[in-house]
Amino acid sequence: MQAFLQRANRFLDMPIGLPARIMLLAATALIVATYFFPLWNLTMFAPQYPEGLRLDIYSYTLVGGNNGQDVKEINVLNHYIGMQDLVNESFTEFQWMPFVIGALGLLVLRAAVHGTVVALVDVTMLFVYFGAFSLWSFGYKLYRYGHDLSPEAAVQVPPFMPPMFGGAQIANFEVYSYPRPATYAMAGVIALLLAALFLTWWQRPTGELPVAADRG
Amino acid sequence: MDRTNRVAWSRASALLVLALVASQCTPSQPASRRGGSGVQSDAAVAALKTYVAPGDLDEYYMFSSGGHSGQIYVYGLPSMRHLSTIPVYTPYPATGYGFDDDSKKMLGDLTWGDAHHPALSETKGDYDGRWLFINEMNGRIARIDLRDFKTKQILGPVPNLHGNHASSFVTPNTEYAMMATRFSRPVPNRVVGIDKYATEYKGIIAGVKIEPASGEMSLAWQILMPPFDYDLGDAGKLASDGWMFFTSYNTERATGKLEVTASQRDQDYIAAVDWRAAEKAIAEGKFDTIGGVKVIDPKKVPGIVYLLPCGKSPHGVDVSPDGKWIIGSGKLQGVTTAFNFEKIQTAIRNKDFIGEEDGIPVLKYESIKDAEVAVGLGPLHTQFGPDGWAYTSLFVDSAIAKWKLGTWEVVDKAPMSYSIGHLAAAEGDTVSPDGNYLVGLNKLSHGRHLSVGPSQPESSQLLDITEEKMKLLYDAFTEPEPHYAQIIKADKIKAIEVYPKEENKHPMAVWDLKDAGVTRNGKNVLVKMIAVRSTLTPTSFEVTAGDQVTVAVTNIEQTTDELHGFGLLDYNINLVIDPGETKTVTFTAKKSGVFAYYCTNFCSALHQEMQGYMIVK
Repeated sequence: MQAFLQRANRFLDMPIGLPARIMLLAATALIVATYFFPLWNLTMFAPQYPEGLRLDIYSYTLVGGNNGQDVKEINVLNHYIGMQDLVNESFTEFQWMPFVIGALGLLVLRAAVHGTVVALVDVTMLFVYFGAFSLWSFGYKLYRYGHDLSPEAAVQVPPFMPPMFGGAQIANFEVYSYPRPATYAMAGVIALLLAALFLTWWQRPTGELPVAADRG
Repeated sequence: MDRTNRVAWSRASALLVLALVASQCTPSQPASRRGGSGVQSDAAVAALKTYVAPGDLDEYYMFSSGGHSGQIYVYGLPSMRHLSTIPVYTPYPATGYGFDDDSKKMLGDLTWGDAHHPALSETKGDYDGRWLFINEMNGRIARIDLRDFKTKQILGPVPNLHGNHASSFVTPNTEYAMMATRFSRPVPNRVVGIDKYATEYKGIIAGVKIEPASGEMSLAWQILMPPFDYDLGDAGKLASDGWMFFTSYNTERATGKLEVTASQRDQDYIAAVDWRAAEKAIAEGKFDTIGGVKVIDPKKVPGIVYLLPCGKSPHGVDVSPDGKWIIGSGKLQGVTTAFNFEKIQTAIRNKDFIGEEDGIPVLKYESIKDAEVAVGLGPLHTQFGPDGWAYTSLFVDSAIAKWKLGTWEVVDKAPMSYSIGHLAAAEGDTVSPDGNYLVGLNKLSHGRHLSVGPSQPESSQLLDITEEKMKLLYDAFTEPEPHYAQIIKADKIKAIEVYPKEENKHPMAVWDLKDAGVTRNGKNVLVKMIAVRSTLTPTSFEVTAGDQVTVAVTNIEQTTDELHGFGLLDYNINLVIDPGETKTVTFTAKKSGVFAYYCTNFCSALHQEMQGYMIVK
């Protein structure tokens, strides 16, 4: 047991190689890219809306299609079933998400420069946790929107869960919900972090690893 | 049976056969109608050429004058579908036109107009899709903005000019739209006996200046003319740019039973106006002010107007696409005359005159005409295709003649059903006609449609003119009265579908439900109302009998086709507000009691719930 922990410690203290560092730099670039693309998209078609109503969700804002008009239209329609307005103010996520993404980006950059496996493991864990939390939060938000319906609404519909991934028929609307480039970029970041980790593991010296103290 | 009997029988049968044959010789229809009606139309080919599949768009807009309906009707070509009606001179409850404060003010005391000749704005002699002008007999001219297909300005009734028929032809860069008198009267208007018609009554030709950026019209100048009936016009272009041509009849200066008294002379006139010279004369102060208008008297200011003799009682005068020929059609004869613009200029330079009318020189017919084209009976109006093709409508012959500029050869005739007035070819009065579609604007339809009683619609017939022979494609039935139409390529018009919120500068507009409500200032009550699916906010308001009430309704929708109405019962109030638009209506709350208002323009699943009450105490 003692030997395993020592080996693990030695691995964690190991410096990472140049290819892995380049991967981390690429991951940083992907993180920057997430600011410029939406994370998720909801598109709704109905007979009256053959072009579809589109809603792009960024890490910091909602953007409706057709110069923002689509999100207003979605809200006009949703008021009939007593759904709350989709407005930036009701998304607390938009206030902290961009900062968290930025902080994580800096941590990835730190791992690339500082260059130890431990830094890489830390940031990978944080990123996976952040990703999982964000997905849960998004799902929970959709659930609340579909369930917190005003009892006074003109049209009473049973509470529903809007689709998170894939399509669903809700009343006269075909609703499609899919991740957009920023989410793929996030997934790419996690993939790059894991790849960097595994690469370092496979390329570790086959002999005895130097202990941290030996590094002087 | 003996031989005699056989002979008798065979003779009898022969007689019977002869009688039968003879009875078949008397046709039940004229030759042109037998074996099909009107132009031979290959139904399948015609169907394919005019079929615009559901959801597909037409290739052209046609703006057709609504005549005494006072409106403009918009059609799509080649389907000939009626797309919309633009109210201009007549209230139109369907869009609330003539009920809100602004349009009521624009219409003034007149709730009727006789709209005649639409004129699309032009740049370098080609339609530019910005504005549409249309004249009206009560001395008015209107501008429609093609960005939103709404009437924006009505100018007039202008002083001095009476019966604005020869209008609203625009110049090649939309410098001017024109107006001219049909019913001469004393200028300025006063009581003068009809016996003094020939000397004391006057015609007027007027230039309406168009502001290049905004399209705003203003009356720039008038020219005092002899008391003829001015009928139609066209602006010179390219070679003849700077000139304007008007036909005139009753150059007899007759009164009474004009159908006889005004048809005595074999020739009447086309008035050729050098409008740049008129502009210059005004700038040099060579005018009299009559009724507040700058009026040029050609007797005192020569070199502005000339008269071209033209075949009996001409109707249409049309300038060829290159501007070299002026085609004048005497409606009571069988030929149309092609005048050569170069020769007109030479005759003016050489003072090749045969006389004058109230100081206006009359040019010598033989010196200025290139040809008399034997198009057929009752030529009215000419449109053009590319490669020198010309199409002249023949009212009496009920047909269209196709002929060629330069060779003056008539190559085809297409019967029309029936009694064609004007005709409109695709961009057929511009410097570059398209040469694919031609629409005959017929005065009579004579039951070529399901019977709708005695008040029959007019007919507009679509022809294919891409080949040597004209082919009838489609009959459409139009509301009265398509005097003229223009056909413009659809992609030249860039229309909006909602009024953007940022552009709404209306002082009474409100966009937030919190701001809707009632404010009172003495007896003046202002109700700022918001219309959005599916509530009119406020949902009720109280006023006192005798209050002056202004309701300002803002439709805060920004979604295509989400129109809302505001109908107030028993008060004759009916607004329709487009997305992003604010309209106001001001009225005195005379009747007390409770009055419902509601959304008249179906908007949503809860449209029926979109209602409220005005309580008048």
